[in-house]
Amino acid sequence: MTTTRQQVLVLYLDTSALDSPVVGWARYDGTGTSHPTTGDSDEPPYPTGVAALQDGWRLFQAAQLIPPYPGAEHETSFLKHEFFFERLVDGATDQ
Amino acid sequence: MPTTNQLLSSVQVARFVAHGFLRLDDVVPPEMNEEALGVFAAGLPSVPYGTPVPEAFPEGSFARRLVELPAVAGALESLVGPDPTVDHHFVHTRLPHEGSAQPLHADALIDLRTEAFDLQLMYYPQAVTADMGGTLVVPGSHLRRTNESDTGRYQNLRGQTRLTCPAGTVLLLHHGIWHGGRRNDSDTVRHMYKIRFNPTVPQVRLWDTADLHDPAVREELRRTFPWYEQATARLEIHNRIGLWRSLSADPGFDIDHWATRITNRPAPQRSTA
Repeated sequence: MTTTRQQVLVLYLDTSALDSPVVGWARYDGTGTSHPTTGDSDEPPYPTGVAALQDGWRLFQAAQLIPPYPGAEHETSFLKHEFFFERLVDGATDQ
Repeated sequence: MPTTNQLLSSVQVARFVAHGFLRLDDVVPPEMNEEALGVFAAGLPSVPYGTPVPEAFPEGSFARRLVELPAVAGALESLVGPDPTVDHHFVHTRLPHEGSAQPLHADALIDLRTEAFDLQLMYYPQAVTADMGGTLVVPGSHLRRTNESDTGRYQNLRGQTRLTCPAGTVLLLHHGIWHGGRRNDSDTVRHMYKIRFNPTVPQVRLWDTADLHDPAVREELRRTFPWYEQATARLEIHNRIGLWRSLSADPGFDIDHWATRITNRPAPQRSTA
């Protein structure tokens, strides 16, 4: 029988809006057919988060909007606008 | 280390403050690049943490000659002062077709210093081509407060630098810079020799300040990078202003009023009646 596997796309956007430009990205492939890794491309797979939706990716998690910690309002740390997408694809065929 | 007249300019230091690193292409002569691979293969002597450069690297040793090259010595003195100590040194090797890259990380521990920084020297004795897994560096990431490889989820950021360089290239990096060794898809072993330096003097006006008020300084400091989110980019400029105020001993320095505006608290007017 054919099983499904999950492919995951993580997009980091310019603002909290899903239609804002992509500034960072990562990919993970549950099919094992590709092996994305750090620093493997200079151009994002999509120009915006909405462009990923239009290509069939399903959004399953979006970063919350959390007020800065008191006293740390000017500190910078992780990217704030993180969106997780998935795509389910046919994977290995079990005998 | 000897005094050198190849100090950095204010514009170059401002560029370092904005980018978090400086690149010195082809500054190590070919004969030293050839010698380096043998030195690395033989193994480097261990150096206790915090050893002054003359003790860590004896006169005539490869590392001593490397850090005394005029361009390298001048840049080191400009950024960490005349007598830094050696935190540690190590040769990083990326093997051919090794399959994966390092996760994006900053070295050591999350570091809360705002007026001091360590400097990391990365030396590439070989020409590094695109498929050799040259170091990934994220410009402008050095002031972000993250701990080591907690950034490992980020595979690619707009405007990242995937290093390719001629043999004999040296990078000088702020300790907080996000970086990582990329996957080596070539048939060639790639080496990078890293030395971390700790300052022993306040990092204030250590460079050639003749051009301190050159408009190009301000232009370097207001630079943003393609991976910055729109709002956070403003915080980056704000934090850079703070670092430049400290380095240049100019507490009133500002860019586009960012720091001045949000610290303006007028005192009540006294009556003169």
